[in-house]
Amino acid sequence: MTAVRQLARPVALVRRRPGTRSATSYAFISLYTALTVAFGILPALYALYLAFTDANGGFAGLANFTKVVEDFRFLPAAGHVASFLAIWLIALVLLVTVLAVVVHAVRLRWLSSSLRLIFYLPGALAGASSVLLWLFLLDPTASPVGGLLRLLGLASFIEVIVPAHLPPIFAIIAFWTGAGGWIVIMYGALNNISAEVIEAARIDGAGPMQIAWRIQLPMLRKWISYMGIMSLAAGTQLFVEPQLLSQASNAVVPNDYSLNQLAYQYAFQQNDFNGAAAISLLLLVIALALSAVFVWRGGLFETD
Amino acid sequence: MTTAPSGRRPGVSGWSGRAIAGVVLTIFVLFFLIPIVWLLLATTKSARGLVVDDPFEPGGFGDLAANWHQLFAFQDGAVTAWVANSALYAVGALVITLIASIPAGYAVALTRFRFRRTLLVLTLVVMLIPNTALVLPIFLELNSVGLIGSPLSVILPMSFFPFGVYLTYIYFSTSIPRDLLAAARIDGCTELQVFTRVALPLAAPIVALVAFFSFVQSWNNFFLPFVMLPSSDGYPVQVGLTSLLASTPAFNPSSAGMQSVQLPTLALATVISVLPVLIVFLFAQRFLVAGLTAGGTKE
Repeated sequence: MTAVRQLARPVALVRRRPGTRSATSYAFISLYTALTVAFGILPALYALYLAFTDANGGFAGLANFTKVVEDFRFLPAAGHVASFLAIWLIALVLLVTVLAVVVHAVRLRWLSSSLRLIFYLPGALAGASSVLLWLFLLDPTASPVGGLLRLLGLASFIEVIVPAHLPPIFAIIAFWTGAGGWIVIMYGALNNISAEVIEAARIDGAGPMQIAWRIQLPMLRKWISYMGIMSLAAGTQLFVEPQLLSQASNAVVPNDYSLNQLAYQYAFQQNDFNGAAAISLLLLVIALALSAVFVWRGGLFETD
Repeated sequence: MTTAPSGRRPGVSGWSGRAIAGVVLTIFVLFFLIPIVWLLLATTKSARGLVVDDPFEPGGFGDLAANWHQLFAFQDGAVTAWVANSALYAVGALVITLIASIPAGYAVALTRFRFRRTLLVLTLVVMLIPNTALVLPIFLELNSVGLIGSPLSVILPMSFFPFGVYLTYIYFSTSIPRDLLAAARIDGCTELQVFTRVALPLAAPIVALVAFFSFVQSWNNFFLPFVMLPSSDGYPVQVGLTSLLASTPAFNPSSAGMQSVQLPTLALATVISVLPVLIVFLFAQRFLVAGLTAGGTKE
């Protein structure tokens, strides 16, 4: 193949002016580049500008950041997001790994693919739809698992959504919609482990538990950390779940429960775009740092 | 999917191992499946039946029809408008996404130009950022140019889809031999012809995959339209659900009145809001469930 390419290149160069090829390349990337600038780079720069200026456009230093961080709602919101993340990430890492390994061990092909479909299907109900569905499930009067809720001593919707229950509730909703996609990805990664390696381990006397622990888990480690980092970045953005729950509970759940909601409140209730930009920028920096670390250190993605 | 004979897989052996695996799988099948099954059944019940009857006993067509009428009568047919808006935004974004990302992914994979690597790394970094992270900054930006409230304020940001460029890049760099393109060039094709006559006809699977992910993501997007569209007329159905929720006395007692929405009607709205995506999912299940997305990365 390289030989052909080396032959082909001089021919192309002789026939065409050197600039032609890259000119066409620039045409191919032009629309995407324009979108990247308009909806990736410019908004980030504009938020950066707003976060360091005051309402009149004068330089404000760190004033916007100290203002939002010292806001009495900031620390509770950060705490809510942190406890949600702790529960969700632990559940995700443990359960997704276990389920992927178990589903991969199922030998009946139709059963294995049906299981993956069942786990994956809730992913179709993302965003507001899944939250709405879970509102039904959490209302003991209508819920199909109302008996289970009453068994836990929860007789009414208001009792279900007391503040202490919210982080696990949001974690359950997020797990229900998102876990299936990761199970399928992990399953794909498990398929990439060569059958010979597993066979050799079996001949050496390794049982299924040992194979899972000594061979499959180490092979999955990259994918598990990828899942953890992406979910951490996405989880800091928590918005739609508390927003809808706040609406459904007549503000028993406050509308500034999460950091993103607080940023929204700054922008739309207080008309303080500089404060909103400061919070958005804090969240964006977290997401950027996590994704950049992964692109350069993770070794999972092809960059050449 | 693997073609290895199933006997060579690490099976769970011994009755205790099988029993534990069986219990774990049963619990999680119920956990993932019950909500969906129950939601579908709930749409066929009356408000009273939903509370009184057995949760898994199907209702009747009469009640389904009544729920349907109540839903589509809500605010003089607002639901129809929301579904139409969702379709407009998702399809609009899909078309622009394909026009923008297929040629871009091709160029990054198979041509040489300055900033190629910069564009690739930038694409990866942005792809891994949760898409909600840029919503408020994009709002602030579009607000300063007066675009807020127009359909373009959601379609254009949704059309920026780095994941699609990355998928296309992986596809072209792994499954199209460069010799093929070189041969076409020797035969006198211009660079544009190499793309339209050689690469594009071979790209059908990746076009379908990018279209699938773009459509699902745009249809399900909540935060972006929620922030960009101030008026209910422009809502996509995902955001419209919040209006329905606000009019449901069961969750919001202050809303009891002329326009009140019963629980089964809200359940029907939830089903309708995800129906297109659910259908696409079922059609696409073969490649989804096979773990194909894992093939998009290097192992």
